[in-house]
Amino acid sequence: MINHIAIFPVLLPLLAGIALLLLPGRQLPLKRAASLISVVLQIITAVVLLNTVSNGEILVYALGNWVPPFGIVLVADRLAVWMLTITALVAICALFYASRGSDSNGAHFHTLFQLQLFGLNGAFLTGDLFNLFVFFEILLLASYSLLLHGGGRLRTKAGLHFVTINLVGSTLFLFAVGTLYGLLGTLNMADLAVKVAAAPADDVVLIHIAGLLLFAVFSLKAALVPLYLWLPAAYAHTTAAVAALFAIMTKVGAYSILRVYTLIFGTQAGIAANLTETWLLPMAILTLIIGVLGVLASTRLRQQIAYLVIASIGTLLTATGINSAAGITAALYYLPHSTFAAAAFFLLSDSIAQRRHIMDDQFEPGPVIQQQRLLGSLFFITAILIAGLPPLSGFIGKFLILNAALHHPDLPWIMGVILVTSLFTLIALARSGSMLFYRTQEPHTGNVNPDINKPRSVLSVTGELTPVVGLLLFCIGLVIFAGTVTDYTAAIANQLLHPETYIKSVLHMEVIQP
Amino acid sequence: MELLIAVIIGVLTASGIYLSLRGRTFPVVLGLTFLSYAVNLFLLVMGRLTIGAPPIIADGISRYADPLPQALVLTAIVISFGMTAFVIVLALKAFSEMGNDHVDGKHKP
Repeated sequence: MINHIAIFPVLLPLLAGIALLLLPGRQLPLKRAASLISVVLQIITAVVLLNTVSNGEILVYALGNWVPPFGIVLVADRLAVWMLTITALVAICALFYASRGSDSNGAHFHTLFQLQLFGLNGAFLTGDLFNLFVFFEILLLASYSLLLHGGGRLRTKAGLHFVTINLVGSTLFLFAVGTLYGLLGTLNMADLAVKVAAAPADDVVLIHIAGLLLFAVFSLKAALVPLYLWLPAAYAHTTAAVAALFAIMTKVGAYSILRVYTLIFGTQAGIAANLTETWLLPMAILTLIIGVLGVLASTRLRQQIAYLVIASIGTLLTATGINSAAGITAALYYLPHSTFAAAAFFLLSDSIAQRRHIMDDQFEPGPVIQQQRLLGSLFFITAILIAGLPPLSGFIGKFLILNAALHHPDLPWIMGVILVTSLFTLIALARSGSMLFYRTQEPHTGNVNPDINKPRSVLSVTGELTPVVGLLLFCIGLVIFAGTVTDYTAAIANQLLHPETYIKSVLHMEVIQP
Repeated sequence: MELLIAVIIGVLTASGIYLSLRGRTFPVVLGLTFLSYAVNLFLLVMGRLTIGAPPIIADGISRYADPLPQALVLTAIVISFGMTAFVIVLALKAFSEMGNDHVDGKHKP
């Protein structure tokens, strides 16, 4: 009996996306239900997989029963399944929020949403470098359309930049993949790891070029300095639900860096060992600094959150750049925290902006908003989460990172930058909060939309804020089960730093006789 | 022949980079197209240039052409084709919404 479960996370959203295309356009409730069912099934699959791989087993699924390295494989190891779980949890909250109305602004929102999940899940599961490129393209094409969902001038302009830079990134990816294939004759990641480690010294320059080209591509996806300029406009101008889902998109870049530079260019890689060691840490620290400067300089809440996403990727990759088991453990704890917190903040900012009418999310005195106590409290909790104050998960994440950095030669830099930027984040968020909730004044203009003062029903507010509260509860779950979670992330780090098991599982998998 | 192919890839890439740095959307789209042509050609020759050799196993033949880059390049062509179509539509949409074809939507006198 073949274990087919490894392919479910890829098949489910693909089939759901196709099925949604067949439903007639007017049946929005039916589409919402189908989309939700698909995501719920993905969560169940992810949890089952999480349980299966928790003992260190690596599920290898050879499509069409072609033996690796000749066919394409899907590999579900601890890291892949961890990412799948986080994606599915963010997706369900974003979908709930979108189902309250913003999905009706354009046709095929739910199809695109499912295809985006198809691309994300595929990118996490694939064990083949070219296949990774294909899944990147799938998730990007879906994200281009989702970004433009609803239309509008600013959104189109941001979309144009986003699409162009990503197309250039795809070209670079192909150049890197082509170079690796031309040198080593394989694209299976496990096989590449073996071949790179055994590569002759003559090829060292070309292998380094290919490896660093890949690093440039992944940095672009992760929005590392200097390749982050596409992110603030794109994330700040799209709809809230899409921005919340996009919180996981930069993490695909981080995932790819983690995967490729531990497996293929890790410590065992001979002439190309620890290829990015000299680059990753300085770039990540710089990203963190520039991200926080952006947070301080932002004039709108959504823009500020977009810069917070950049700062969080800086923190995450700083932890990865420490390049030790403890560093990766901390990074993988920080990853779900920052994803959930950013997604919650994007959804919350939309609720606030809607209530401020013409003031939208600008940092200028506006009217007293409805449900200000409730929204204010949620804002407060989210700000504490993101700034990394105790007792919430941001604090634990940053504590783990600093703890991992204790024996690193660049400790002063890492500790100084993380602590100072946390302080600045806190100041910036306190300023935004007091501007949005305390410094209120009635608008001078007379053309106030009467709908804005119409009281909202309890049911509507509950529906609106459930996804935000859900995401915050996930973060609180990360605190309550911090012990279990860090044990699991430590196991992931252990698996990543000992890629022999991965390589052995893929290359020596048992062929199933028909 | 290697030199010829290398020069072609180089020229295509150079023109692609130059055009995609231009300020109007049409040259940018052309530049992206040139870049994808260059990379498709690059992928194809990564299986080395072989002439008159079969790509699949046949009796009595010891020299083969590598069939994999052809499969890779086919995928890459399809993807870049779809992306080009999308970016053209997006450029048209930007032109109609912003009233000019500058990538930043700025109107230069």
